[in-house]
Amino acid sequence: MTDPFLRPSVLPPLTGVLAAGARTAAMTKNCHNDYKMKFTTDEEFPDLSLHNNHMAKVLTKEIYEKLRSKSTPSGFTVDDVIQTGVDNPGHPFIMTVGCVAGDEESYEVFKELLDPVISDRHGGYKPTDKHKTDLNFENLKGGDDLDPNYVLSSRVRTGRSIKGFTLPPHNSRGERRAIQNLSIEALSSLEGEFKGKYYPLDGMTDAEQEQLIADHFLFDKPVSPLLTCAGMARDWPDARGIWHNDNKTFLVWVNEEDHLRVISMQKGGNMKEVFKRFCVGLQKIEEIFKKHNHGFMWNEHLGYILTCPSNLGTGLRGGVHVKLPKLSTHAKFEEILTRLRLQKRGTGGVDTASVGGVFDISNADRLGSSEVEQVQLVVDGVKLMVEMEKKLEKGESIDGMIPAQK
Amino acid sequence: WKRKEKKVNETFYHLNYSAEQEYPDLSQHNNHMAKVLTPEMYAQLRDKETPSGFTLDDVIQTGVDNPGHPFIMTVGCVAGDEETYEVFKDLLDPVIEDRHGGYKPTDKHKTDLNAENLQGGDDLDPNYVLSSRVRTGRSIRGFCLPPHCSRGERRGIEQLSIEALDSLEGDLKGKYYALKNMTEEEQQQLIDDHFLFDKPVSPLLLASGMARDWPDARGIWHNDNKTFLVWVNEEDHLRVISMQKGGNMREVFNRFCTGLTKIEDLFKDRGHEFMWNEHLGYVLTCPSNLGTGLRAGVHVKLPHLSKHEKFGEILKRLRLQKRGTGGVDTAAVGGVFDISNADRLGFSEVELVQMVVDGVNLLVNMEKRLESGDGIDDLMPEQK
Repeated sequence: MTDPFLRPSVLPPLTGVLAAGARTAAMTKNCHNDYKMKFTTDEEFPDLSLHNNHMAKVLTKEIYEKLRSKSTPSGFTVDDVIQTGVDNPGHPFIMTVGCVAGDEESYEVFKELLDPVISDRHGGYKPTDKHKTDLNFENLKGGDDLDPNYVLSSRVRTGRSIKGFTLPPHNSRGERRAIQNLSIEALSSLEGEFKGKYYPLDGMTDAEQEQLIADHFLFDKPVSPLLTCAGMARDWPDARGIWHNDNKTFLVWVNEEDHLRVISMQKGGNMKEVFKRFCVGLQKIEEIFKKHNHGFMWNEHLGYILTCPSNLGTGLRGGVHVKLPKLSTHAKFEEILTRLRLQKRGTGGVDTASVGGVFDISNADRLGSSEVEQVQLVVDGVKLMVEMEKKLEKGESIDGMIPAQK
Repeated sequence: WKRKEKKVNETFYHLNYSAEQEYPDLSQHNNHMAKVLTPEMYAQLRDKETPSGFTLDDVIQTGVDNPGHPFIMTVGCVAGDEETYEVFKDLLDPVIEDRHGGYKPTDKHKTDLNAENLQGGDDLDPNYVLSSRVRTGRSIRGFCLPPHCSRGERRGIEQLSIEALDSLEGDLKGKYYALKNMTEEEQQQLIDDHFLFDKPVSPLLLASGMARDWPDARGIWHNDNKTFLVWVNEEDHLRVISMQKGGNMREVFNRFCTGLTKIEDLFKDRGHEFMWNEHLGYVLTCPSNLGTGLRAGVHVKLPHLSKHEKFGEILKRLRLQKRGTGGVDTAAVGGVFDISNADRLGFSEVELVQMVVDGVNLLVNMEKRLESGDGIDDLMPEQK
């Protein structure tokens, strides 16, 4: 007698016309989701009355009704997409995204929700817009001479998702381990300035851990409910780890918020060198993944596909730690940043305060402009701000230097 | 890592990986699930799911994410619906056996909520016994459990509960306070009465998905006398608590049984029973609460006895456990302990409360002996 509790996947496959018709992304059998369909849209629609995030601003009952019966091929549903936004109403001053992708197909299957979220988050980016990728570091002009008396360090980071695997909110241990193994293979074959070593989170020695903490490389289990509610911390620390080159200028996080987070950094103001290493390293890594038939998730509309819609496009944050004690107290500081398409953070990262007049200044955009364009904005903008700082130091005005909106 | 050549399995994506590739790393773990779940068992159970779609990975997620504590054995697994205990019995039966003193898959559990069957219990010395309390949980058949239920289900449970509780009368007449729209005054009062429950912070609960959509459809009901309290949609569908100051456990248990039975009748009138079967008794989210789900206890002053070298042994023989007055894992303050039954499954409600009543009576007598400087050797009980 057939076990009544065997999952549909182990039953004999559908044949013929039924098979052809049934296997569409939007109608994949999902037992749990089918069960929930017994309840009406009204009964299931989340209470978003106290919420202030992008998902809550976009999700109407009509959209929810349309999407709730759908499931991506790997079984990710609209409830999965929005759970983090339901559980975290947000903050009156900070607009969180409130939704995540569980796989590449999420952006297609749930486009009625995600397209408007993307548009709101990325300055009006339309469903028909095309995103340009440019990782040719030679196209960057200048950037090797930011004044190291002011620019203390330079850094570029991005994320990458590996095609054929589901994303951190949804992936299984088997997938995560496969991603780790692929990543170790790829990174171990890097040479020259990229030669390095992998440190799995669940296998590092105390000494290794101390060193990684001292270098500010170590990442820990997420505590932010924005992340934990999306399921990204499951099975921690299984298959999570950190790779860095011997020079400590190129670092890769495996299976944290995205499959890969890639970081190039060094002290001083030579952003050109940082960006060059970033592009070269990234492309080397991508080639190796491609050889294993697992390239990076990318398409011409959304650019690089990442877990959080806020990181689509380039996923790139290029920034510097820069001393701007006078400029930062100038009445026009915010306006200048807005016009330069830059944002400020404290040196502890997002939401921290600046210390000693030192700010983290980086590009505000991710989608709709290329990597080169975004880093160019940082390079040109920081150069201008340092000049403004110098003027203010001398007691001179900067009114003639206020830039036009980029 | 093996590359999969065959067609990607779409309906259950994770079966694309072998059982070996998916089997959790439990090498650092110390919980009941980790002690029982072998790779072979995992391989056998991984392609199953309950009718509502709860899977083995769902059952064990909390135990994978929380390796446990060297001194405290957590359970490390939860049920997502009533069928979980059947579909995943190969895992849960051994867990239940380990947790509930050797309870076998063929054993039958006896339910007895007839308060008249309790002997005594109305005269625990209030100079020592400061308060008495009985709590249990109930699950409503036909709905998934807190790790798995949807918003629609949770709201359905809340609606049913409000309807049932609103029709209680007399000593049990009371009011429902929904977590999401109580006034500041109501909230403060509930805090002062020690009735308010908050969003879980324990990773044991969070990792199993019980806090999703908080505070939607969660609430607290209590009677006007503040002696009977029901939590809706916290760790279980319902948590039912009867309590009062002093040592009249008989009265507390009487109200407990009366109230519970009335509530059960009201649910039945509306076409909904409590989850129960003759093997596991009342079915609850955590396997540790199966059977009666009952914890009956007192706050009792035992400053001398608690320092006696045989205190631990005495509790064990009486089938009782101690906690601090802040609840599980807290320390005792001023020699006041929370003493309650250790068992849940394999004994009836009356039997468990009887053990508390008889046991606490004995402990208080021992305390009085030690106060007078006399010995207690002749009072040492047999193993119950």
